Amino acid sequence: MEVLTEFFTTFAGTVTDVIPIAVIIFGFQIFVIRKKIPNLKRILIGFFYVILGLSLFLMGLEKALFPLGRLMADQLTDPSFLFEGTQQASQVVAAHWSEYYWIYLFAFAIGFSTTIAEPSLLAVAIKAQEVSGGAIGIWGLRISVALGVAIGISLGTYRIVTGLPIHYFIIVGYIVVMIQTYYSPKLIIPLAYDSGGVTTSTVTVPLVAALGLGLASKVPGRSELIDGFGLIAFASLFPIIAVLTYAQISKYIGKREKKKRQQNEDEYQNG
Amino acid sequence: MDSARDLAPIIIVIAFFQLVVLQQPLPNLGQLIFGTGLVILGLTFFVFGLEMGLFPIGESMAYAFARKGNIWWLLCFAFCLGFGTTVAEPALIAVSEEASKIAAAGGAIINTQESMQSYANGLRFTVALSVGFAAMLGVFRIIKGWPLHLIIIGGYIIVVILTFFAPKEIIGIAYDSGGVTTSTITVPLMTALGIGLAGSIKGRNPMIDGFGLIAFASLTPMIFVMAYGMIV
Repeated sequence: MEVLTEFFTTFAGTVTDVIPIAVIIFGFQIFVIRKKIPNLKRILIGFFYVILGLSLFLMGLEKALFPLGRLMADQLTDPSFLFEGTQQASQVVAAHWSEYYWIYLFAFAIGFSTTIAEPSLLAVAIKAQEVSGGAIGIWGLRISVALGVAIGISLGTYRIVTGLPIHYFIIVGYIVVMIQTYYSPKLIIPLAYDSGGVTTSTVTVPLVAALGLGLASKVPGRSELIDGFGLIAFASLFPIIAVLTYAQISKYIGKREKKKRQQNEDEYQNG
Repeated sequence: MDSARDLAPIIIVIAFFQLVVLQQPLPNLGQLIFGTGLVILGLTFFVFGLEMGLFPIGESMAYAFARKGNIWWLLCFAFCLGFGTTVAEPALIAVSEEASKIAAAGGAIINTQESMQSYANGLRFTVALSVGFAAMLGVFRIIKGWPLHLIIIGGYIIVVILTFFAPKEIIGIAYDSGGVTTSTITVPLMTALGIGLAGSIKGRNPMIDGFGLIAFASLTPMIFVMAYGMIV
């Protein structure tokens, strides 16, 4: 019974989120385009599935993974865990940044795994494979984006621990993106830029925000309000770099293989 | 059962850190398994509905607008879609409330419930406006066929310049607000719209011109929020 009420609350919440979108879409369809929607019934069923799926998804996360993830973020940042055996927890004033290695590892792992499960990234990957005629694989894109998020978030936690100003990292990241853009295959650039925005939604934001705020509130000298933010920014910048790198690597491998094949053919012809 | 595979990494990570690193038992194992089952089921339905509902409607509307040939309605639609989907976004509401606390603590606004609320609302509308503007600009770019990277790099330069003038407290939030605006329903719709549009205009390549709407939607909020922080 309790599960059912919970489900309906989540379901109602998702419906409220979707209503403005539905109003805009159907409003324009009816008043501006003034044409019957092809396969209307199918599309409505599709909408229903999306809402149902998202509600189940959110409810499951809220029931199982979020509480545990938040709890773990809390426990991992706890000084009594971090400095177990080395120092008395109460005496820690400013630990060396390298003492937080579990945090970086956790940030990396949680960034990677939540991004793999992110529904909006899956949507974009499906489209990218379709449009590129299979040249860009769903998994290739998802894994490189997930790696980007993982690196971004662990760097972000490092920033919170050291207290360095965020804009240094972001500006350097921008410069890297600009240089990579210049050398990357033109086809991949728009997709790479898009992948920055899609990574951070339903799954990643709550867990990552919990990690950032927990960390900022426990590291001495950090303000939760000022230093707790910024992890999401890292998680949206680094996937761009990762996808561009992925494109460059696959281009490089492709070129080398072509060269090799050419060489083999030459040898074959000569010999 | 693809969804089960998608979820496996999270479960492994959490189990590893809980059991090996923190050395604590998993609390409420039954609830954990039940919740995971729900997530898997939900993801399966979502992908199903995506292919049945969200992708087709986004593309069919893009085709219809392209055939109609009225650019103003299309831009208006893009703006409404961007604005409407962002203004009610739960992640954005949460972030703007946090931001109002920071502003009050930093002395930028008076520390009262009322002024904090109006600051948070202002921020929310600023971000929603910026996403609407981004969608409009993105659609306009697809129609014109402008190269995406020049506009994005231009945007980056504006972000960097503004960073030096914006109040310190707002920078973290501004950078974050770029990431939180794009929700799970907006992303597939915008992607389908962009690709459909690029596919129905002659001389546009869906791969080069179709993507990029989301990139705009995550760039403009940074600029608008920093500007908001400087004005208010």
